[in-house]
Amino acid sequence: MAIGISKTLDDVGRSGNEPPAPQTSSRPAWMSQHLGTAVIGAVAGYAFGHWIGNVIAAGYPNPQSNGENDIAIVLALVFGVVGWLAGIGAFNYPLAKIIGRAPAPEAPEVGWTRFFKYNLDHKVVGFQYMIGVLLFFFTGGLWAMAIRTELLNPTNHYFGPGTYIAIVSEHGSMMMMMATSVIIGPLGNYLTPLLIGSRKMAFPRVEAFSFWMFMAGYLVILTAIPLGGFPTGWTGYAPLQTQATAGMDSYLVGFIVIGTGMICAGFNVAVTIINYRAPGMTWNRVPIFAWSLLAVSSLLTLATPLLATACYFGILDRTVLTSIYVDEHGGSNFLWENLFWFFGHPEVYIMAIPGFGIVAELLPVFTRRPLFAYRVGAAGMFGVALLSFFVWQHHLFDSGINPDMRPLFMLTTELISIPTGFIYLVGLGTLWRSKIRLEVPMLFCLALYFNFLFGGISGVFVSDVPADVTLHGSFFVMAHFHYTIMGGLMFAFFAGIYYWIPKISGKMLNKRLGQIHFWCMFVFFNLTFFPLFFVGILGMPRRVFEYAHNLQVWNDVSSVGAFLLGASFLIFIANFVWSIYIAPKKAPANPWGSLGLEWQTPTPVPFFNFERIPVILSDPYHYDEQDPLPVADLGGGLVPVAAGAVGSVDMPGEPGIEGTDPGGSNG
Amino acid sequence: MASGQRTSGGRVAPHGKRIVGGWITLSVVFDLLFGFLVGPHLPPGRMTSSAGSQQFDIKVLFLAAIPVVVGVIGYIVYAVVVWRDGRPASFEPPAQVTARQSTRVQAAWIGITTCLTLGLFTFGTIELILPAGAGGGEGPAPIWTPASKTVLPIQVIAQQWKFTYRYPTYGGFETDQLVIPEHTPVAFHVTSLDVIHDFWAYQLGVKADANPQSDNVAFTTAEQLGRFVVRCDELCGIWHGAMYNYGQVMTKSGFNTWALTTEHKLAANTKLLPPFAWFYSPSANGAGGSYYGTNATYSKVQVYGAATVSPAQASKPRAG
Repeated sequence: MAIGISKTLDDVGRSGNEPPAPQTSSRPAWMSQHLGTAVIGAVAGYAFGHWIGNVIAAGYPNPQSNGENDIAIVLALVFGVVGWLAGIGAFNYPLAKIIGRAPAPEAPEVGWTRFFKYNLDHKVVGFQYMIGVLLFFFTGGLWAMAIRTELLNPTNHYFGPGTYIAIVSEHGSMMMMMATSVIIGPLGNYLTPLLIGSRKMAFPRVEAFSFWMFMAGYLVILTAIPLGGFPTGWTGYAPLQTQATAGMDSYLVGFIVIGTGMICAGFNVAVTIINYRAPGMTWNRVPIFAWSLLAVSSLLTLATPLLATACYFGILDRTVLTSIYVDEHGGSNFLWENLFWFFGHPEVYIMAIPGFGIVAELLPVFTRRPLFAYRVGAAGMFGVALLSFFVWQHHLFDSGINPDMRPLFMLTTELISIPTGFIYLVGLGTLWRSKIRLEVPMLFCLALYFNFLFGGISGVFVSDVPADVTLHGSFFVMAHFHYTIMGGLMFAFFAGIYYWIPKISGKMLNKRLGQIHFWCMFVFFNLTFFPLFFVGILGMPRRVFEYAHNLQVWNDVSSVGAFLLGASFLIFIANFVWSIYIAPKKAPANPWGSLGLEWQTPTPVPFFNFERIPVILSDPYHYDEQDPLPVADLGGGLVPVAAGAVGSVDMPGEPGIEGTDPGGSNG
Repeated sequence: MASGQRTSGGRVAPHGKRIVGGWITLSVVFDLLFGFLVGPHLPPGRMTSSAGSQQFDIKVLFLAAIPVVVGVIGYIVYAVVVWRDGRPASFEPPAQVTARQSTRVQAAWIGITTCLTLGLFTFGTIELILPAGAGGGEGPAPIWTPASKTVLPIQVIAQQWKFTYRYPTYGGFETDQLVIPEHTPVAFHVTSLDVIHDFWAYQLGVKADANPQSDNVAFTTAEQLGRFVVRCDELCGIWHGAMYNYGQVMTKSGFNTWALTTEHKLAANTKLLPPFAWFYSPSANGAGGSYYGTNATYSKVQVYGAATVSPAQASKPRAG
């Protein structure tokens, strides 16, 4: 302990205000920890957990009678995750602190190898997350195309019903896991400090931990396939969950793992935005995207623990034979439904709000005018976030619980359309008499307004109880939430990627390929999902492998659309690889003419983002001025205190990473 | 900071008038076309009272949604066509001063969306309560019930992966054919023997989850004769997609004949069944696969809200 402190003080005393030069790790190369050691750790942990589970539980009646030891599977998965984290080095620093030794030095690294390591730089973590969510998304997309293959024909089957339901469940779970982090992970981690003028995230270790948990969740949910899959879909309804075979354990452990990552990511972003804003970054200057990140990270932090608890109960039911969800023994299947949706409904807004934030952030740039009704937009995001905790029983309108509550949940659900409407007010107001430039990110933004309109309005249909009696559980609902998540969130994600890649990588994505990607994705997305509204309203339930013959035409249209939609992402991958790695074209410093603070930093962004803590002079939306001044003074200390420029927040105490931070704390 | 003033902009084109005019025109045209051409044919049809009320709800929601869709998409298309700047990298501001906010516009927007929302809520609540729960499952103690005292109870038993039906007023026989009489309120008592299923009689406009250890009641009254499909609508395992069968609406006399014949034909089987109950538990002895009725308090006199059904009353449809 004493050694650590004196070392830190020594470092700080030596180097003053200068940001540190990137160094390489002082550990010998053979001791370095990376993806490879993480995989070794995961495999070793899995084997160890499985062995322990068999030792302690193999003789019990339950594993013997049903031929499978769920205790061994659960412990294998848990120890696998622990081994994964130990292998990547997540425990080195905390363990060293606990036993009172000086932690190994963790200097910022350079070179491509840092992307495969437990890195504490929020920009590296952001890029890791981007690759991670794309991996997640494309894996889930392959499952989706398998589903559409099966549904090409109503009665001829490409998969058996067991395989089909495993594919459906895997698709739903992976996409939901991915979508919770798809924006807050990559763009949230990368951009939050840049948007608010901070030199780092509040908790770099929590940030790195959240990413490696996210990837552990990816591996855990995929272990369901070799374990035989699970039959419950992503909702995991309880009696079926208790009845299911070993693949179900992957679902339950997987959602706890990914949920832990979500809580960590949300907590970190929320604390960063609240506490690490630069001087002058008052609440009515915070970029709207940061507002959306704050709203969504509050939801992640508050809603996700309930999911972890619900999954933990499920694990207990399956392993040590509690009967929390077993009706015959005093439990209740309604308990799972309530717990799951109490998390699940905030979760679907976790998948909507960051998309709203991105389009609201980008529209002023491509219309050259200030964001319209900025405060209403921010209030709308928080209104959605708050109301989302009071709507969950609209998933249970026909389930047979307390019918007298139905009008209330109909009301709260329909009330959400008011703050959601604010997002449209902001968007449509910003387009008014503007100068619209249809760059690729702008195309994706406008597509969000188009798609989310259908997603949102079909949501009003299913919120209406009498209409929901017909629509509940049908493909109409399925089309509804694909229009909000895929048509809303994923379009916003790609808008964000096309917009910020020049900042992140320093390279421009090819515009022509980007336009082709956009039009393919937009057209084929609608071709895939619009027919499903018809299919659903005509009576096709979700998650079936057989359906009425008269619905085949629409299903086939949707399937063809899905294959083409899948192919459209090949254009994106080609564009990404071509423009960044094969034939890189250097991006201009500020290709979109944005006033955002993030574009004032040099590219590539230096390790500590800003040489000095910037002083924020205005909000980033004064596009209506002829030669707008930059939103921040990066020189530090030169700006008069006038105009509320300074003094709104304290400077963060230590901008660097503990133990190695030689950077000055009072820049 | 920009001045927060809206300019009506001296000689600029009357964008507002054009947009509003086009919006109203298109909305009226599309609403009329939809209401008269599509409206009468909207799912789930008018076979029963609950299906009819759902069809009406869906129609009203479409009529309300069409102006919103037309307005937003029309506005965006107008904006992109009229205010597009095709020059690359032209970063100058627009010619007119543009407002950062407008109290009038914001208040109008919030007011209109709030009114629309509260209106839809009021409409939905009335449409839920008046048609006796609109065909949705109301749990074991339904609070919105048919006005008629003559309600025919039919039990729907879901299990992996099959629906069967018991008719308590006809000796409690169990069959896999669902037959209901015309013009008679029916109470579907939906329960499950294993996992959660969902009884969805599409053309009847009835949907109720089948929960183990629980009774879920949904009401409807058939108004047309014909066949309908029953599908499981809650994922219940690998054969979920194959869990469907068909039912039929008969005339009262036809139904009565069918029920009495079937009761007689299945009498030997009925004796082997567990006594009728609102839900069933697996036998404690396990392996035999048998079930027993869990709630012994069942009486044939069932109370739905204020209306009472006695065997004598429930057998009124027999008179045709």
